[in-house]
This record gives sequence, C-alpha cells and structure tokens, in this order.
Amino acid sequence: MPCGADEDSMGVSHHGEETPGIGLYVHWPFCVRKCPYCDFNSHVTARVDHERWRRALLGALDCEAARAPGRTLASVFFGGGTPSLMEPATVAAVLERALTHWSPAPTLEVTLEANPGTVDCDTFADFRAAGVNRLSLGVQALDDESLHRLDRIHDTAQAVAAIVAGQRIFPRVSFDLIYARPDQTLASWRRELEQALALAPEHLSLYQLTIEAGSALRAWRLPDEDTATDLYHLTQDMTAAAGLPAYEIANHARAGAECRHHLISWQGGEFVGIGPGAHGRVTDVSGAFLATCQHRSPKTWLARGERGDYGTSSAVSSWERVEEILLMGLRLTAGIARPLFQTLTGRTLEAVLDPSAVECLKGYLVLDEAGLRTTRDGRLVLNEILRQLHTK
Amino acid sequence: MTDLSHIRNFAIIAHIDHGKSTLADRLIQRCGNLEEREMKEQVLDSMEIERERGITIKAQTVRLRYTAKNGRSYQFNLMDTPGHVDFAYEVSRSLAACEGSLLVVDAAQGVEAQTLANVYHALEAGHEIVPVLNKIDLPAAEPERVRQQIEEVIGLDAGQALLISAKTGLGIEEVLESLVDRLPPPAGDANAPLKALLVDSWYDAYLGVIILVRIKDGVLKKGQRIRMMVTEAVHQVERIGYFTPKRIECAELTPGEVGYITAGIKAVADCRVGDTLTDERAPADTPLPGFKPHVPVVFCGLFPVDTSEYPLLRDSLDKLALNDGSFSYLPETSAALGFGFRCGFLGLLHMEIIQERLEREFTLDLITTAPSVVYRVHMTDGRTQELHNPVDMPDPTRIDHIEEPWVRATILVPDSSLGAVLALCTERRGQQSELTYAGSRALVVYRLPLNEIVFDFHDRLKSVSRGYASFDYEIADYAVSDLVRISILVNGEPVDALSFITHRGAAEGRGRQICERLKDLIPRHLFKIPIQASIGGRVIARETIPALRKDVTAKCYGGDITRKRKLLDKQKEGKKKMRQFGKVDIPQSAFIKALRLGDE
Repeated sequence: MPCGADEDSMGVSHHGEETPGIGLYVHWPFCVRKCPYCDFNSHVTARVDHERWRRALLGALDCEAARAPGRTLASVFFGGGTPSLMEPATVAAVLERALTHWSPAPTLEVTLEANPGTVDCDTFADFRAAGVNRLSLGVQALDDESLHRLDRIHDTAQAVAAIVAGQRIFPRVSFDLIYARPDQTLASWRRELEQALALAPEHLSLYQLTIEAGSALRAWRLPDEDTATDLYHLTQDMTAAAGLPAYEIANHARAGAECRHHLISWQGGEFVGIGPGAHGRVTDVSGAFLATCQHRSPKTWLARGERGDYGTSSAVSSWERVEEILLMGLRLTAGIARPLFQTLTGRTLEAVLDPSAVECLKGYLVLDEAGLRTTRDGRLVLNEILRQLHTK
Repeated sequence: MTDLSHIRNFAIIAHIDHGKSTLADRLIQRCGNLEEREMKEQVLDSMEIERERGITIKAQTVRLRYTAKNGRSYQFNLMDTPGHVDFAYEVSRSLAACEGSLLVVDAAQGVEAQTLANVYHALEAGHEIVPVLNKIDLPAAEPERVRQQIEEVIGLDAGQALLISAKTGLGIEEVLESLVDRLPPPAGDANAPLKALLVDSWYDAYLGVIILVRIKDGVLKKGQRIRMMVTEAVHQVERIGYFTPKRIECAELTPGEVGYITAGIKAVADCRVGDTLTDERAPADTPLPGFKPHVPVVFCGLFPVDTSEYPLLRDSLDKLALNDGSFSYLPETSAALGFGFRCGFLGLLHMEIIQERLEREFTLDLITTAPSVVYRVHMTDGRTQELHNPVDMPDPTRIDHIEEPWVRATILVPDSSLGAVLALCTERRGQQSELTYAGSRALVVYRLPLNEIVFDFHDRLKSVSRGYASFDYEIADYAVSDLVRISILVNGEPVDALSFITHRGAAEGRGRQICERLKDLIPRHLFKIPIQASIGGRVIARETIPALRKDVTAKCYGGDITRKRKLLDKQKEGKKKMRQFGKVDIPQSAFIKALRLGDE
C-alpha cells in the first residue's frame, strides 16, 4: 500500500451517527466507440492491459481510502466509459479491497453501468457473481432510428433483451433514456415512455438531451424551450402515475429504490473517486473537507499512478461547500433538510440565504420548517435559481 | 539669429493613409541627424494609439537642417498636423504657423474628402501649396489621372506636381529642393515686441507642460517673463529649444522659428491653442488673429463598469486633461449606471480616442452611453438652455422650440456607389447642396443634422460604398427641428441611460428598433419583461421578453460538482457585471448595442 492506508479500528464516523456512509466511485474510461453527444472522459482503445489497470485501481483505492478511514461503505459505483468492458475479476478485486478499508453497510449497493450492445447473459452472471447487485443500463432510446442517430451500437430489441436479462440476474435494475431529441414530439415521447414503463423498472434516469460545446453534435436542432418544457412536464406526470415519481431532476424510482450512490452526492455526503478523472469529496483526517480529482488522461493517470501520484486534492472553502450543497441538494424533490444542512455546514439555512432573493423566487423555491426545496417549475429553472440564491 | 530667408516653415497635408507620416520620416531621415536605430517607423506619431491607428492626434514639429543645391544651409520647420476634422482648429493653428504646405495625394487612390478639407484650410491660411503624388511605385498608380483630378476637383495647378515614393525614397531630393524654391520664407521683425503663436501644448511627466510656439515678431529667451494674451497668465520661461525630433535646448527663438518652451505650467488646459505669447514688460498691442476657444460638440456619459472604480475614472480624466485641454467632463449620476461623467468632445474620433486611452492607459472598463449632440432648447418663458444629456430634457409643455446642430458634410464616392450614399444621406435627413463629378468619382456636399451622424454614419457610409467613400464634415449652424425625447421602459421602469433624442419622423421606427434589440440583449428572467418606448406618456413601441421556462443541467452527479460550481461562479460574476433595473438585470453591452443605428 503505497500511501500507507490503514483501517481505523474504532470505525467511528467523522460525521456523527446519522451519516449515510461513504460512496466509492470507480471510473473505467474505455468505450467501444465514442457517442457523438458525449463529453465524458471516455476513450476508445483497441487493447487494454487489464492486469495493469486492476493493479492501478487498487493502488488508487488504497491511496484515497487513507484520507477517510473508518467509514461505513454504503455504495460502490462502477461508471465510465463503459465499465461493463471491465473484467469481472477487476470488479471483484476492487470490492474486496474496499472492504479491507471500510465496513459494509447492511444495504451496500454495488452498481455497474453497462451498455446493451456490450453485454450478454453470461457477462451479467459473471458481474453478479463478482458482487454487483444493481445494474444501470444506458439504453438511451427505444427507437431504432434515434439509436442510429445517437450512433449507439445497439438496437431496440437488444436493449429490451438486456433489460429483461438484467432484471432476471440482478436484484435491482435501472435504465436511462435520453429525450427532447431532435424532432421529438410529445406524442412520440409518450409512446416511448409508455413502452419503457411497461418494462416495469424500479428506477429510470430520464435526461433531456443537451449538446455540450465539446461534442460533435453542435449542429443538431433541439426542440425549443417550450417543447422541452412540455416534454419535461409530461415525463413527470407519466412517471408519477406509474409509481416512479421524480426524486431528482432526471431520476425516477419506486419508493426505496432510489440510487443510494447518487443520493450521497446530492445530499452533500462523502464519496471517494478512483480512476482517470474521478472526483471525490471527503473530510480528511485533519477535519478539512477536500475535493479530490484524479489525473484526467488515462495514460497520465496510469503512468503517474504507478509512481504513487494518482491525482490532486484541494480544500473546499465553507462558502464553496454551501454552494455545492445548494446546487446538488436543490436537484432533489425532497430538497435540503434543515438538520442535514446544519450538520454539514454548522449553519442554518437562514444564515446563508438572502431573504429577499428567497422572496423573489416564490413559486420556484420553498423555505419552511422542513428545509429548502424547489417546486416542480423551480427544478426546471434551477440554474437561474442558483445564480440568484447565494451570492458573495 | 537665423536669417529669415534661410527658414522654411511647412506642413504636410493629406488624407489618412496617403503617406504623410512616411514622407515626414524620409525627410527626418535625410536631414534630422537621427541614427538608424532611432529611426522608428513614423517617428512623429509618438503616442501608441496614434501609431496603431496611423493617425496624428497631437501636432508635433521637427527642425531639419538642409544644405540646398545652391550651397546655402536652410532651417526647415516641419509642422505635423492632425489629419482629422475633429481637430480642425488645431489644424488651422498649425497651418497658421507656416507659410506653405506639401499636399500629399496617393497616386493610386486620388483625391479624398480629407484632402479637400485640408487644402481649404491651407488656402485659408494663405499657403503656397506644392502638390506631391505619392506611391508612384505602386502598379495601380495613375499619376496623370490624379494630376487631372487635383486640377478639376481642387482647382490647383498640378503641372509642377512632384512624383515620389516616400516608401522607397524616390523623389525626396526634389521635395527638399521645392521647399527652398517654391515656398516663401517667413516674415517677421526681431525688434518688434514679442508675438509668438501658441501652436500646441502637451504634458510631459518630467518637464510638465511643454508649449510649442511659432515666433512671429520679437525674440523669445530663456528666463524671460511672458504673458498669454488671452488667459492673461504670466509665466517665466524655464527651458527653450526645438525638436530634431530629439529635444535640443537653445538660448532663444527668433522670428520665423518654431520651438518649445516650458514655464512651470501645470495643466494643458491653461494653455489655449491659438493664444499669443508676449513679453510681460514690453507687450505687443494686439494678439495674433484667429483665436477660438474649444467648443465640445459631441457628448456622452462615461461610467465605470465596476462602480468602485469611480475614483480611478475621476483621477484618470484629470490626468488626461493635463494633456488634452479640449475635452470637458462633469460628474453625472445615472439611476442605471451609477456615478460617472458627462464628457464633451470635439468630434466622434476625439471621443473614441479618449475612451480608448482611458481603457488602455488606465486599464478602466467603461460603459459609454450613446453619444448626443448639444441641442438649444428655447423655453416658452424666453430662456434658452443648452442640452447635453437627453435625461435633462425639460417638460415638453415648457418648450417653445428646439434647435439642433447641422454639419456640412463632404463625401467623395465612386459613382457606382453614389445611389447608395445618396439614399443613406436622405435617410439621415440630409439636404443636398452640391453634386459634381470628377472622372468616375462624385463629390457630394450635404447638410446633415449632427445627431444623425454621431452614432454610426461613418461605418454605414463605408459599408454602403464597400469602403470607397471618404467623408469629412464641419459644424455649420443650428436650425429648428421637430425633436422628441424617447424614453425606454424596461418592466415598467424608465432606464435613463437608454433615453435619446430624435426627429419626430424617425421616432416610431427608432423606438421599435431599440425595443427589438433589447429583446435580444436582455437575458430571459423568471418573469415576462415588457420593453416599451414612449414619448411623454405615450407608448410608441412595445416588445416582450418571454419568461425563462427551462434552464437546468440535465445530469449532475458527484463527478460534476466542481465543474458545475465553477460554471455557476462564472455566471454569478457575469451577473454582477449587469446593471439592475427594478427586478431586471441588463448587461452593460446592451446600453451601447441598443442605441447603435442601422443594421447589425
């Protein structure tokens, strides 16, 4: 263990008793092909030295875990890239090593992201055996023409087959769809979402397509703001009626089936990130709240990591911390609970919010005994709310 | 004392880019005793901004020593004149300090609007004019055509015009000889009481104010006590000398000579160009003719982007005023823009130069309000007031009538673009006074209201003529006009910095145009924002910015927090730079862009 990580035998949390536990994010940066709308840290390489990458991930884990000893491990999330291209043995090795640093929560969630075109029943079974208990499938669309346009390697039939197979093998399955696609109408999205809900998922991530400046699709014509708004409201109504209401701007779940991993970051909790470009947020042994970031380029991360240098960390100021809690917490339907805010920041909501700004945002934002949260209309203009809310 | 017959004082007059500065450089190189490494390009245009724009703002002068073919040694004083109409008065004083001019015309471009304006100034000053056709080395040069043009358009005998290339040095000797042969020597009496013309002044960080003078009569000596005949200020001459262009000190300046003095003067504003210096104890009876005080004709508001920079803006204006006595500034408060200054300028270029110098030399970020001209408002009670700021427009019921300034604009344009140029002038309420042809070019003279040209007339002219029209103007007179003030209301609140004065006939169109522009310039808010243009209480145009319905990041997980926070901080920073109007944030750029006329 190059960084001298060690278990904290006391197992005491630094956040008091009600902590949800720590999350671990593992980034696998490789894909079979780069999607045209993607601005993520993903790369296409012909051959990956799995043995070498496995060693490096374990090294990074030891290093990062040393910052936050003694926590309860609530979640492990293998994301990417296309982490279903990892060897199941790597997944098993990371889980095994993580449990040498932290004790597992009874409800430990282990999620693997997968793309329908890269998996079959055998690989699913291998990942399940490695310890994965939740599958998140990047379906993107249930429409062949759209999938083609999004340059996905799978078609609708493959996607449906992957969902059904996943549901047979994993206790929990979620899948993503991208909507507000070019030329999409309310009627066509309604049909597609009905089809998705008919697959009886416990969890759905429904993202509106955004074209980032860095992606290859800047020329795409997206639906106008009014259509996008209508599509959003339709989505809220249909998922709620199907028993999967939105618990976050783009995430829908049956009660109790929320993604615990993401809830940690939306609720201002601690998570460790390993792998190229992975970010983390932890309170270190000195009590400082840190933002960690692993080297972004896979080549650099691997080469420097092998010399014990996986990335950088910087302290998050208390002002930035408040800003982060607001920008993440207000994405949740439940918003930011008063006791949680107090625990995380040592301050009351009133102490950091400008009352006149809150007043101006009436109809979009609610501040009451329970805490601070956005309304349904408010969530749709969250960026504007955040710009107005907390200004130095 | 230099024999008058061995002195030649001359100016070089030209349209911009016709090679005035290059010719000056050649002459200095030939006669100025400068070493090669001291010969920077365009040595006379010393201000960074002058060099960049290729224009001369402050007149300078150099003394050259030339031994002619007749074997005699001559003293040449080259007056560098500002080439732009905004500085017409400075030009006229520089010209008053010499007896002749070299008229430089680009042998490919031919006569342009400023060529004409400058020739008229030189003729007014009684100059002998030597036409010089420059750039004859260019393949496109047509010296014969241009020679003919000079005769037809200007009415000057161009038979003896010199053919040169200032760039290659071709014909420079002929230029020097023609100064000796064709220009008259100055007149003057060394024994008469001192009369020296104050040609220019500027501020030097080490020496204080430096005054450039031309001695008409008498002798100006070091230590002498002098009186400025207009301001009546008395000073003692500390240093005296001339430029080669290096500064050389000497004991005295005698009739016909040009040189500088310093006299412990703090601000350039205390030195009026055109004033007469005389001896305090033995003064002249009458000053030299032609003194005119500076009258700013274009005004605009200057506000710091960062309101905390107001003191810096004030100090910067104070410092600039040390070096430029021709602009005025008074504190102004705007509900939209906070504390700033209402500044008056000699013209549009002058305004741009001051703005640019403030931003560059003092690293200020400025918001400039739309330029305005000086209106004469005649009240029903018989009083008259000058209106520099649309905000100060009195209640219409108290106004009897309003007069606005008009200019006489001279435009030279290839006949292929003539139609478009005439249409532009008509659109801007122009009245044609002359239209003549010289070859394939038309010379058009128009009367135009100044407020129609202050925003973007020059840009529009360039664009409709694909860059070929040249333009010059001078203030002509005031005339009664049917003018109204348009107020702009954003979300029901009047925004003072956006109000403007326009002719009633154009009011509705302008009002609508500004509302449409603001609709694009003001970002969407969480509520609908009405934008209205009104005259008095009557709304003449209206647009609505729809409410923001969707602005949210679709995906945001643990790995996105840092990026998202940084983006948010940047957006908040941008928001801070906007000006708040009631509940509406207006970006600074909107104040300028909204008022720009014409198509974007």
